[in-house]
Amino acid sequence: MSLPAYTTPLERTWHYTYLVICGLIFFFLIAPIVIIIPLSFNAVPFFTFTEKMLTFDPSGYSLKWYEDFFTNLNWQGAVENSFIIAIFSTLISTTLGTVAALGLSREDMPYKSVVMGILISPMIVPLIISAAGMYFFYTKIGLSSTHIGVILAHAALGTPFVVITVTATLVGFDHSLIRAAATLGSSPTNTFFKIIVPLILPGVISGALFAFITSFDEVVVVLFVGSYEQRTIPWQMFSGIREQISPTILAVATLLVIMSIMLLSSIELLRRRGERLRGITPH
Amino acid sequence: MATTAQSPLVTADGIPLKVSLARAQRRGKLKAIGLVVPLFLFILVAFFVPILDMLFRSVENQLVGQVMHRTAPMLHQWDDQSGELPDEAVFAALAEDFREAKEAKSSGKVGRRLNYEKPGFSGLFRKTARKINTVEPPYQQAFIDMDKKWGDIENWRVFKRESSAFTVSYYLAAMDMGYGETGDIVRNDDKRRIYLKLFWRTIWMSLLITAICLVLAYPISYLLSVLPVRKSNLLIILVLLPFWTSLLVRTTAWIALLQQEGVINDFLVWLGFVATDDRLAMIHNRTGTIVAMVHILLPFMVLPLFSVMKTIPPSYMRAAKSLGATPFTAFVRVYMPNTVSGIGAGAILVFILAIGYYITPALVGGQSGTLISNFIAFHMSSSLNWGLAAALGSILLVIVLVLYFLYDKLVGINNMKLG
Repeated sequence: MSLPAYTTPLERTWHYTYLVICGLIFFFLIAPIVIIIPLSFNAVPFFTFTEKMLTFDPSGYSLKWYEDFFTNLNWQGAVENSFIIAIFSTLISTTLGTVAALGLSREDMPYKSVVMGILISPMIVPLIISAAGMYFFYTKIGLSSTHIGVILAHAALGTPFVVITVTATLVGFDHSLIRAAATLGSSPTNTFFKIIVPLILPGVISGALFAFITSFDEVVVVLFVGSYEQRTIPWQMFSGIREQISPTILAVATLLVIMSIMLLSSIELLRRRGERLRGITPH
Repeated sequence: MATTAQSPLVTADGIPLKVSLARAQRRGKLKAIGLVVPLFLFILVAFFVPILDMLFRSVENQLVGQVMHRTAPMLHQWDDQSGELPDEAVFAALAEDFREAKEAKSSGKVGRRLNYEKPGFSGLFRKTARKINTVEPPYQQAFIDMDKKWGDIENWRVFKRESSAFTVSYYLAAMDMGYGETGDIVRNDDKRRIYLKLFWRTIWMSLLITAICLVLAYPISYLLSVLPVRKSNLLIILVLLPFWTSLLVRTTAWIALLQQEGVINDFLVWLGFVATDDRLAMIHNRTGTIVAMVHILLPFMVLPLFSVMKTIPPSYMRAAKSLGATPFTAFVRVYMPNTVSGIGAGAILVFILAIGYYITPALVGGQSGTLISNFIAFHMSSSLNWGLAAALGSILLVIVLVLYFLYDKLVGINNMKLG
């Protein structure tokens, strides 16, 4: 965004003011996330920088909150539950969501927009309402305070993301490839695994990552449908913030930020790969 | 020649082409439906039925009629405007029901249910259940002797009203209304009006958050859309990283920043702007909720705006300027109208998300920053008034569905983009 030579001083001033404003907004977006990283190495149980930290005195820093996280049974149970629940709910929502997306993107699917609207409604309905409904209903059928209940609830919340990403991938999908495979003698199953799956895989994986992070981050439904036995990392953070606020939460937050950086990079790589692949199809 | 033109076209196995095509199309349709059915059923059972259950619960009212199953049908015969108490037969049925309810330990539940409608019932039912074995006919006199509340026609009106299987009383309560002494619907007095105020607060805070998000998102989306791809790809990471970071991490970060002994207050004290004993209260109030929610929802505004702005050719602005428009006029008259669809999409999305937010207001909202969803949660887990929680939730659901419908008309759900 370089300025042409004929700009007036006023335009020049405005241009730089504008850049400063943008810089401040980006700072607002990123600073809160960055600031918790140094705070998590605090030697004392405060949520702020101590004088020793500001003068870079090594005794002002410590790893004890990380140690607490890795040894405390509350947190270790939460980590275990988070992964169990997220992995199983991702498996369910990715399988069901991919298959449904294949049906939804067929030309001959009747009532497409109505069905689509129903399938992605878990994403639209506010979480507190989903949580309330699931709490009442799952209590009635004996699924509340069970891992299965939380997994099913999270799978329902995650499927819209899979449906959306996979149907988006299928928009660029050339259906004559399937017919071509059939004329060459390939069975439908063989065509599915050899032709369709490799082409839609980026969409499926990014949908699965969305579903995974939805479950991994979700706290409202776990709070109501689950109990201490089903505590996940966000559950533990939520009750931690409400009860005794300890910098262990900041250590956990730092680890989660690192995890989201990794997730973000994999999604970006997949998206670029998908764009590259779609670039060569005749659309 | 004429005969071949009239005889229908057939496929290799002799079936008319029309039939064969229809069959193939039907098969294709069934295949498509078959692929969608598993997920459809799953969403139906795991998500839709629970939501319907909640809607049903907001009007359902079977408890009183079930436990007091002898009294309830007799009360339906009683004319509550006659000014007379129900007759001896009703009191006899009541005694019978109480003996049974005491065995089943269910009289307390009925008392609690009626207590939502009129305070005092909970105590009355406990007391009656305790003393029911000493009650002898004539029952009417015995009940009134035990507690004179049984001689109050108003109490009997409430009892009669709430012994029917469905009720609108939860919705009335959710809209700060109730039944008056004679059974007509009246607004609650000022001190007891909370929910309408709360709905308005939720709506205007969501509007404010949406407006702030728009003001902050517009400049950076524009910058991202005019920068060369290499640079904008780098900068958009600054938007996507918060988007992908756990909600609780971001809320925790704002607690660390905003609290009285937090980073911002420390910094202001160090600069000398604020005295140590006069630190700013930026958290556990409305400010805390708004700041944290703007930060959390900002990416949802940037992403749709950015995707719309990317498609606007820069030549539009140059054309406007070459025709004599000042940069400001060109921007307002040419550029902004082109971004309206992005503004609409982002604004509705942020508003829908904001209006149902629970976690952030619960952690940083304090008293003045709580939203309607916090009250739904309160009635679900603390006061255990599930009917009221369901009614509040249903009203919120209707608001969101209307907005969702608008969003669909404006952008189309199929065009929803992620990441």
